[in-house]
Amino acid sequence: MSSPYKIEVENLNAWYGHQQVLIDINMKIKDKAVTAIMGPSGCGKTTFIRCLNRMHELVPRAKVSGKVIFNGVNIYDNGVDPTWVRKRIGMVFQKPNPFPMMSIYDNVAFGPRIHGIGDKKLLDQIVRQSLEMAGLWEEVKGDLRRPASALSGGQQQRLCIARALALEPEVILMDEPTSHLDPISAAKIETLIRRLAEKYAIVIVTHNVQQAARVSDYVAFFYMGRLVEYGPTKEVFERPRSELTERYVTGKFG
Amino acid sequence: MTKLHEWFRRLNDKLVHVLVYLALIAALTPLFSVLWEVFRRGISAINLDFFIKPTPAVGEVGGGVANAIQGTLITIGLASLIGVPIGIITGIFLSEYSEAKLSSFVRLFNELLNGMPSIVIGLFAYTLIVTKIGFSVAAASFALALIMIPIVSRATEEALKLVPATIREAALALGMPRWKTTIFVALKGARKAVATGVLLAMARIAGESAPVLVTMGYWKWWFAGFDRPVAYLALNIFLFAKSPFENWIALAWGSALILVVIILGINVVVRLLMREKRL
Repeated sequence: MSSPYKIEVENLNAWYGHQQVLIDINMKIKDKAVTAIMGPSGCGKTTFIRCLNRMHELVPRAKVSGKVIFNGVNIYDNGVDPTWVRKRIGMVFQKPNPFPMMSIYDNVAFGPRIHGIGDKKLLDQIVRQSLEMAGLWEEVKGDLRRPASALSGGQQQRLCIARALALEPEVILMDEPTSHLDPISAAKIETLIRRLAEKYAIVIVTHNVQQAARVSDYVAFFYMGRLVEYGPTKEVFERPRSELTERYVTGKFG
Repeated sequence: MTKLHEWFRRLNDKLVHVLVYLALIAALTPLFSVLWEVFRRGISAINLDFFIKPTPAVGEVGGGVANAIQGTLITIGLASLIGVPIGIITGIFLSEYSEAKLSSFVRLFNELLNGMPSIVIGLFAYTLIVTKIGFSVAAASFALALIMIPIVSRATEEALKLVPATIREAALALGMPRWKTTIFVALKGARKAVATGVLLAMARIAGESAPVLVTMGYWKWWFAGFDRPVAYLALNIFLFAKSPFENWIALAWGSALILVVIILGINVVVRLLMREKRL
């Protein structure tokens, strides 16, 4: 399939209990590009990306309707295994969450192992490649047996990225991946995101307008559960179509 | 005037100090005298025979409680085999899967079971099992398992709740099925606290006598099958202490001593586990 889109979202609605948090979202997400989702707190941006890999439904009383078409398959169709979806669409969380008692190596090897890769040589190779791609290899290659909790916050977040990469996903979802990091670590992650976009479709949630402008090719602005504006980053920032978007990107509210 | 005030203030302070220390002594005296009495009388009954010989016949000299030690281990082992898995599964259910309403319902029953007088649990096992197959290890273990379930399930539930949700999410987002995440990530992270709960439940049933009395009864031989009774340390104390034979009374004190040592030992292990957990 040569569609330029990796994910097509059609009429997506999401609820927590009776409270609707996403209203009728339609959005096509490009392959090999960074798509940023921005908006004020509570606008539904995190819920939105959690709907893209079926993490939303893990919350008790959460509900979804609509379609998320990934490689031509609606991931909400009956018979689609959510673990397959989550394996193909990786996720990095707001707060770095490596498995604290596991070594660096075991953290990265965790995904391949649970999906049946046991060969030591192959695992070694996957771990090395993933850590290299996440820009962490040079810092940790001396001792992969160290527990993940011994790393700094920024390193832990890159370890989490490496852990997601180890499954060779097609899409990587990032939920405010730098909000718990210092500016230098955050800058490293941003550079990394740009590099990863050469291979993957990346969707990054951010409440930081400058970050969206820096890292993304496309940007979506969410407000109160609705998609207000979506387009190439440059266009949205220079010629926003909606007044709401303009006020948000110029820092009048947020 | 102020001098007098100050004098009163100091006097009050001293008085309260004295009262607090008196209360402390009042609380600790019975504990230490029980321990001392059990130790003093128990130690004189303990020798090699005590650990390797079974219950002596009436009028026989010496003898030991080896059969009761064997029986206690078998009974606690079987009770744990039944009670621990059920307790852990209940705990997992309450923490990971249950809806809030159902949880509070199950929790209420758990607490009721926990607060149930153990003799009532014994009677329940009596009507259910003893009336069918007779006094037996099976019946006693069943009753003791029922005592273990709420303790283990509470410990499991609490331990699982301490495992951060972010760690579970990490595993789920890598495509690990939910049941595997529960067992291999959440339960693994909580394993020390779960082990603590299991040990405390074992210590609790090791000292239970009422439910064993109505389900197992008296047996002075070795283990002879799960449908038969075995000798039991806690029951030995009850049965031997009221006998008129001097060496049986000595054996009762000896049994009391090793029971206390076992339970104390388990509590020490639990403390060590808890301390390690904080690191």
